[in-house]
Amino acid sequence: MNKAKSHTEPAPSSHPARLTGAEILWATLEGEGVREVFGYPGGAILPVYDAMRKFPIRHILVRHEQGAAHMADGYARASGRVGVAIATSGPGATNLVTGIATAMLDSIPIVCITGQVSSKVLGSDAFQEVDITGITLPVTKHNFLVTKAEDIAPVIREAFKIAASGRPGPVLVDITKDAQQSTADFDFAAAAPRAYRPHPMLSATESDLAEASRMILASKRPVILAGQGILRSGAMEQVRTLAERAQIPVGLTLLGLGSFPASHPLSLGMMGMHGETWVNNAIQEADLLIACGMRFDDRVTGLPSTYAPNAKKIHIEIDPAEINKNVVVDIALTGDLKAVLESLLPLLPKRDGAAWLRTIANMKGNASVRDIQNLADDGHLYAAHVMNDLWRATNGKAIVVTDVGQHQMWEAQYYKHDEPRTLITSGGLGTMGFALPAAIGAKVACPEKEVWVVAGDGGFQMTMAELATIAQEKLNINIAIINNGYLGMVRQWQEFFYEKNYQSTPILSPDFVKLAAAFDIPGQAVKTRGDVLAAVTAARETPGPYLINFLVEQEDSVYPMIPVGKGLHEMVTRPKRNPIVEDSSDL
Amino acid sequence: MLHTFVALVEDKPGVLTRVASLFRRLNINIVSVTVGATERVGVSRMTLVADAEAGAAHRMKASLFKLENVLDVDDIGKTSCVVRELALIKVAATPASRSHIFELVEVFRARVVDLAPESLMIEITGVQSKIEGLIQVLTESADKILEISRTGRMVMRRGQHTSRVLEAMQTANGNGDAKTKPLPDFMPDKSDLMS
Repeated sequence: MNKAKSHTEPAPSSHPARLTGAEILWATLEGEGVREVFGYPGGAILPVYDAMRKFPIRHILVRHEQGAAHMADGYARASGRVGVAIATSGPGATNLVTGIATAMLDSIPIVCITGQVSSKVLGSDAFQEVDITGITLPVTKHNFLVTKAEDIAPVIREAFKIAASGRPGPVLVDITKDAQQSTADFDFAAAAPRAYRPHPMLSATESDLAEASRMILASKRPVILAGQGILRSGAMEQVRTLAERAQIPVGLTLLGLGSFPASHPLSLGMMGMHGETWVNNAIQEADLLIACGMRFDDRVTGLPSTYAPNAKKIHIEIDPAEINKNVVVDIALTGDLKAVLESLLPLLPKRDGAAWLRTIANMKGNASVRDIQNLADDGHLYAAHVMNDLWRATNGKAIVVTDVGQHQMWEAQYYKHDEPRTLITSGGLGTMGFALPAAIGAKVACPEKEVWVVAGDGGFQMTMAELATIAQEKLNINIAIINNGYLGMVRQWQEFFYEKNYQSTPILSPDFVKLAAAFDIPGQAVKTRGDVLAAVTAARETPGPYLINFLVEQEDSVYPMIPVGKGLHEMVTRPKRNPIVEDSSDL
Repeated sequence: MLHTFVALVEDKPGVLTRVASLFRRLNINIVSVTVGATERVGVSRMTLVADAEAGAAHRMKASLFKLENVLDVDDIGKTSCVVRELALIKVAATPASRSHIFELVEVFRARVVDLAPESLMIEITGVQSKIEGLIQVLTESADKILEISRTGRMVMRRGQHTSRVLEAMQTANGNGDAKTKPLPDFMPDKSDLMS
């Protein structure tokens, strides 16, 4: 990488230099290729902030440290690089925890750096002291407490290595104030991390690969299950080759969306709790599942005992601890997905899958069109309309960052992602408040890309303080609030499973357009379907951020839905009274 | 069922917590854990006994390997190995009532390691059933047991088997340009590990 040389401080070199711990931290981050960090200063991290001006790294000041962790997360998801968040000790550190757990559950490589009280007073309940390595132990891939300046460079380099290698995940480095202040020799190259140690139980033997290839050739009704591991491994091309060569349809997990083009003829769409009926039915009828970089999450399998009862299962996965955890498989090929597929593909000749593809096409009927644009406008504004128009207006090319809830599922259903890393969402932890800060991270990582936040009125209010960050950093991010006046997904569950007892789910919101105006962010409210496209276009054509408050149907529900504890074949489909075509059973 | 794992781990603060926390997170009860030094500087050896269903062994082992401080894991399972546990047992005994305890100690090949006017202390080493046998006999003979301290299980495979950690250590820093550079001091020094 070509380093900017405008600054006078030592750039990474093999010549040791005497620096403070704080300077070592920045020099090491610079050496690791970091150009942007997200953070919030405070007492125990002040030496680090003081030294920042000497290094060519952009700092984005957040409004809450949870936002910093989500931004680092969004940055990593959008770019594939490691995201960095910085916070002070005590409350600064604890505020990171939700963001760290979000990254842990979705295997996202981030490094969080926290200040800590001086090593002399560690354990004394000093002001703003908290045992953050203890607190984050179960939600980090690994964490470190650093008490000496000379340990900072090797630990930071090790942290980057751990975060990005194998199954990625968050790493936290807690650095005492005295370690930041004291000096040590800095030698970037000498601080190289130890060699990556692949998990010792990884195994994709030749006989397993040959057997997998035989099973694929012998199968009549195979389905590829495409997960986020495809994106992490960069195996988009290999999965596509596998699907095309063996003519196997591809179902995707929520986090896998974008790993296989939605417009590809072999793409079935999203599977699982709110997946398409034909995807789930195809899985239930399949005789072979080829799981690529996914972990059979309960939102994907429904009741595991009834999951794909007739299918043999091949699981290609980098984490041996995931094998046979939720679903027992016939062949486990553990290793980096791309490498495993590159070993498997040469063994695999072309295969004819026409009969099974015809069967699935019949399951789909014409529901796959989801052509809600052609339905007459009945005066209602449905979130599905908004998503569909957003998809059309952006040609499916925008990075869409969603929050958690109904709008997240509608986005997954109606925005067709053809390109990798264009959907950023909290799948595993389901963290409300994720979208706005994660979008900031995505925009900072990919300034040339169009970035849209899609959030509900509930989740948006959890982290809306980051509007100020957008304003301060002048980030061109467009925001679509899907406002139904409820905590919609909880309301839906109350409707289905709690006799419509809408306890504590109606939620008051501020006038979001006025709120945005307070930050000098323009915007408008949209109440009718006819105004959606014009508003989206206005947002796209307005330089800088823009907010649209979509006032949608209040008691709309996400269909299809697999109730918790039910199998994939027990989907609840959209009632016929509803005008939106959802699946063939409605026709 | 009981699962026994031997884990070689880096000898650093917090490593025991990481291992224990893993089992806590999996909602698996640790029956016993012993930790101590090994033949290599900077490497500790843990013997962990956990109570979990039979199918859980794979996930426990795979999850242990995911901990950065864990160097090697051996699922002892049904392998041929030597199993030992040490117990210290303090029994109430007056000079008049000592002699039959001495006889029991003889039978169990244990030792009396402390003698006080009103109590004595027995040291016994062996498999779990042997230790429990002595405790049971003492209880049945109406001797009052005042204190028991048990180490939990330690195991070592019989014969030539040695840990893969040696292999792992040989390649730990042997790749690429890192070869000639010293390990950062938070890692055990390679020469120490090999000595």
